[in-house]
Amino acid sequence: MARFGMVIDTVKCVGCTDCVVACETENNVPVGFARDWIEQIAIGKFPDTHVEIRSERCNHCSEAPCVNCCPTGASHHSEFGGVVLVTHNECIGCKACIESCPYGARFVHPEGYIDKCTFCIHRVKEGKDPACVSVCPTHCMHFGDLDDPNSEVSKLLQKRKHHSLLPEAGTSPNIFYLT
Amino acid sequence: MYEITTTRHNHLVDSTLHAWSWQIPTYLFLGGLVAGMMLISGYFLFKGRYKENNCSCYYLPLFSIVLLSLGMLFLFLDLEHKAYFWRLYTTFQITSPMSWGAWILILVYPALILNILMRVPKPLINKIPKLKNLSDEFLKHPFGIKITGIINMILGGMVGMYTGILLSSLGARPLWSSAVLWLLFLVSGLSGAAAFVHLIAKNVYERELLAKADNGFLVIELFVIAMLIIGLLTSSKSHMAAALILLSGPFASSFWVFVLGLGIVIPLIIQLLAVNHKIHHTPVAPIMVILGGLILRFVIVAAGQYSHWF
Amino acid sequence: MTYLSRRRFLKISGASIIATAALSSAGGVVKGAKKLEEKTGKKIKGIQKIPTYCSMCFWKCSAIAYVKNGELWKIVGNPEDPLSNGRLCPRGTGGVGAHYDPDRLKAPLIRKNERGEEKWVQVTWDEAFEYIASKMNKIKKDYGPESIGFFSHGIGGGFFKHLLKAYGTRNIAAPSFDQCLGPRDTAFEITYGDVIGGPERTDIENAKCIVLFGSHIGENMHNTQVQEFAKAVERGASIIVVDPRMSTAATKAKYYLPIKPGTDLALLLTWINILISEDLYDKDYVKKYTFGFEQLKAEVSKYTPEWAYPVTGIEPELIRKTAHEIARFIPSALVHPGRHSVWYGDDTQRGRALAIINALIGSWGRKGGLTNQDVFDIPSYPYPPYPEPKRQRADNPDKKYPFGGAEGYTTGLREATLTGKPYPIKGWFVYGTNLLYSLPNTEETIKAIQNLDLLVVIDVIPSEIAGYADVVLPEAVYLERYDELFAPYFKQPFVSIRQPVVDPPNDQKPGWWMAKQLSEKLGLQKYFPWKNIEEYLDTRLKSAGLSLAEIKKKGVIKGPEIPLNLEEGFEPEFETPTGKIELYSTVLAEKGFDPIPKFTKHKDPPAGYFRLLFGRAPMHSFSRTQTNRLLDNVMNENEVWINADVAKKYGLNSGDYIKLKNQDGVLSNKVKVKSTERIRTDCVYIVHGFGHNSRMLKGAYLKGASDSQLITKYKIDPLMGGTGMNVNFVTFEMEV
Repeated sequence: MARFGMVIDTVKCVGCTDCVVACETENNVPVGFARDWIEQIAIGKFPDTHVEIRSERCNHCSEAPCVNCCPTGASHHSEFGGVVLVTHNECIGCKACIESCPYGARFVHPEGYIDKCTFCIHRVKEGKDPACVSVCPTHCMHFGDLDDPNSEVSKLLQKRKHHSLLPEAGTSPNIFYLT
Repeated sequence: MYEITTTRHNHLVDSTLHAWSWQIPTYLFLGGLVAGMMLISGYFLFKGRYKENNCSCYYLPLFSIVLLSLGMLFLFLDLEHKAYFWRLYTTFQITSPMSWGAWILILVYPALILNILMRVPKPLINKIPKLKNLSDEFLKHPFGIKITGIINMILGGMVGMYTGILLSSLGARPLWSSAVLWLLFLVSGLSGAAAFVHLIAKNVYERELLAKADNGFLVIELFVIAMLIIGLLTSSKSHMAAALILLSGPFASSFWVFVLGLGIVIPLIIQLLAVNHKIHHTPVAPIMVILGGLILRFVIVAAGQYSHWF
Repeated sequence: MTYLSRRRFLKISGASIIATAALSSAGGVVKGAKKLEEKTGKKIKGIQKIPTYCSMCFWKCSAIAYVKNGELWKIVGNPEDPLSNGRLCPRGTGGVGAHYDPDRLKAPLIRKNERGEEKWVQVTWDEAFEYIASKMNKIKKDYGPESIGFFSHGIGGGFFKHLLKAYGTRNIAAPSFDQCLGPRDTAFEITYGDVIGGPERTDIENAKCIVLFGSHIGENMHNTQVQEFAKAVERGASIIVVDPRMSTAATKAKYYLPIKPGTDLALLLTWINILISEDLYDKDYVKKYTFGFEQLKAEVSKYTPEWAYPVTGIEPELIRKTAHEIARFIPSALVHPGRHSVWYGDDTQRGRALAIINALIGSWGRKGGLTNQDVFDIPSYPYPPYPEPKRQRADNPDKKYPFGGAEGYTTGLREATLTGKPYPIKGWFVYGTNLLYSLPNTEETIKAIQNLDLLVVIDVIPSEIAGYADVVLPEAVYLERYDELFAPYFKQPFVSIRQPVVDPPNDQKPGWWMAKQLSEKLGLQKYFPWKNIEEYLDTRLKSAGLSLAEIKKKGVIKGPEIPLNLEEGFEPEFETPTGKIELYSTVLAEKGFDPIPKFTKHKDPPAGYFRLLFGRAPMHSFSRTQTNRLLDNVMNENEVWINADVAKKYGLNSGDYIKLKNQDGVLSNKVKVKSTERIRTDCVYIVHGFGHNSRMLKGAYLKGASDSQLITKYKIDPLMGGTGMNVNFVTFEMEV
């Protein structure tokens, strides 16, 4: 079975937020909410400051606490690439999954169900990249099957130094950041 | 220096998580209180104290059923997709404490009703006279009553623990990821229930007993809180930071003053003096304990949402 | 030699001499989905993909707009487009929000009360044109047609430019020159006889060493440049960033030089000295193509790293090391000439130093340097000739600024309006530029406006300048209209089309329609001989061997490839008096300016004050996009960047709100503090375009602070009249 994931090159990313805006239009995300976002982390003393800029979203964790805590099974791992999804008409809006996500990736959709990044599964099924990946003007984002050693994402991970977000939270995230 | 900027500003999530407001802590408090009441009432049934005419086991389940329903109403009020509430009961998710909780609560009602059947309230009998017969029949079976007591104790214990496990299973909040949170909420529920009995008991023996028991629960609670804090402080930096949120951070004043001071230590001192007959029994102490339990849930839920991994 | 009116400008506007009979109608008007629905009574189902070029900034990438069931859904890049290569920036993607912006102007408005009170009467288009025409006729009668001025930004202003030229005025100016890239292009024109242009001729993609002076590529989201920059970063190009603030680009740099603001010229001259004195420059290139090397050598010898250290704050070793780094990559090194370059009033001379150092490293005409550009030549529409104005232009009388004015001189036009000299200016047309946020010293602009008999503002949103207008004409956004063809100078010549994707939601109209309607009221119909825009476009396209039908389908048509650099057979010609790259400028010497740039010291901020620097954010364009709800969602207010140590001293934390007060006591709106290790201690930084005070801009009203409000002081570049705006100092007001 495939395990979909992303590899994002923080060295190339300029934090322009095109990924965020593209997600908004592609998925009709309600105004005021975001399924993905840009984070900038600056460490050190000027002028020797180190800055990492990265595009973040649901990590589609293999050990997803949001899936485990869901009382109705609305939050689940899709059979298609292990993507973490929410079935709207099973979700009761208890927000336990929001509480359980160390990345803050989920939010309450104005219609009441819990919403988040879907890896644009509707596009991926058509053989396209997720919207955020497909628009990025710096080509800093890559999407693919992490279980396939010949995929672009796997090769990038073999070649480049990388990290994931909060691995110590034990969630086995599937988004990796090249540094 | 470590600066983080983000473009995200999702409602309820940013800048700090506040997806759960007053409904959930109130629900957890009421759940804990009911759990304590069931344990006490169940114990009295088991011990045969129901033979005393003014035993609190006759009115505790009535309070329980009202308070529990109120708690479930609050839980319902917190749901964002209310029309799909029934989805809780078309599935059982083994990894989800909330699913466990939903089903346990379903079992709690029959247990409470069994307890109530021992002496059905008058207005109800007036309406359905047959209940009187049922009640009389029930009282003829001491073994059945014992079993009912045990069931009430077991379910009460499960509800009490569940309110804590619900939070501690959500690993993303370091403050909640403690192995003793279930114990804290259970003991706090017991002390709240004991204080409640202390407050309203008609039976002098029970009032004295529960006052004494409550002192014990409060001491245990202090001990469990200490364990929780020490456990966090000796864990990862995220957990340490979570403990500091209570000890010296934004929730320090409510934690030290309301939870520990006014909620545990001072009522403990008052009740110690009372049970040793240095002063008269006063409703002030149990009221403080009950309110302290409520504030504890608020503080733990809010501070827990404030704590995060980094 | 006419400065800054070189062949590229001539080529574009050249063929406007001979009138021919108008062609017969070329196809019906394309209606958006909504109108079609009304007409046919059938709901439009499915997805339509319509190519058009973007207008969210002025890079004008080609895009494909998706319409789903009759509603605008999303916009993506056109893969055929040499500018975007199929990938837009956040503003282009967020163009959807421009169409749906609830704060848009909806119908023509005529002012009811005092200027600036934002009180209006809604009128019909005919009433609006009637009103404008009567005022224009009166101005023509009382003062002459030259008494109307036009401020324009963006390609859509072209039809009004045409109308006003036909009316008889040449007082036309764009802030894109005097408030932006003027000094840079003037400097390169003087040195190379050619400009850098926009899109810039920088070959960032192939450069092995890239030096940026204050250019915040990545925050300045000019698409092609950002894409090429990202490629360069990935390739491991050596990047040197000189900036008082650690910009996004600086975070990618091998060398980040946190220079003291206002001393860039010192560093440049020192680098030039090192390259020459250490014999590191491209000797063959310099010998073959340049003029005045010996004078340059003599002039710059005094600028040693040790001299530069106390001036710039950059350690001598680092200055040497970075000069060596640049030299190491000759001939594939590029010192980026920048874009927005109106900083300190000596900006053309700084531009000259940039031009000179690029000559020393031989970047003009080199792969990874400054490439050749050409244009897809599309003849202009054969209009009748314009009437010749009787009076010289009012914006730069007697060539006060000898090298100024190709795109017109905005603050000069304002000055003429204020003083009535050389003659009164009584009417303004303002198209697509929020003058109160683009010109320095708002107070002066407002005073000038009080002298006007007519102020017409054509815009899509109720910008601050619209608040002062007598007549506001609501334009359809770019997704709802046809516009002029786009065929810029670029390394790959091409032409692209803007065409309607959806209908305007209310009574908004395209600019071409307004200009044509107004021409009829003014009796200038003969200048608008075409029946509609399709006919106009088709005529122009046909004269270049293309057709409207074809370009409507493709969006972009590319011209033949051209040789880009010496390696590919490009042979540069330099239209300077000496025919060479003038390291020593003969024209500057002739006009009495320094023929080789000299460092001049700029005033430091007084104690307790900080130099106000401003720039861009990638998701916003000027003050035009803050009400776009998609873009507001990713950035809804600006922050003032304050060095963390300074912030600590003032007891400020990130997230606190303060106000900024400038040296003249002008107070900003409240603005959020960003306490950061990414800026020097002697300056603060805010993103331009926020802090709107037009109440009609509901989505942006009083969000953040406006740098324009605080830029009361400006220093004019004596060469070309650009307004140096980094000369204002601010202090913190804690009370908000």
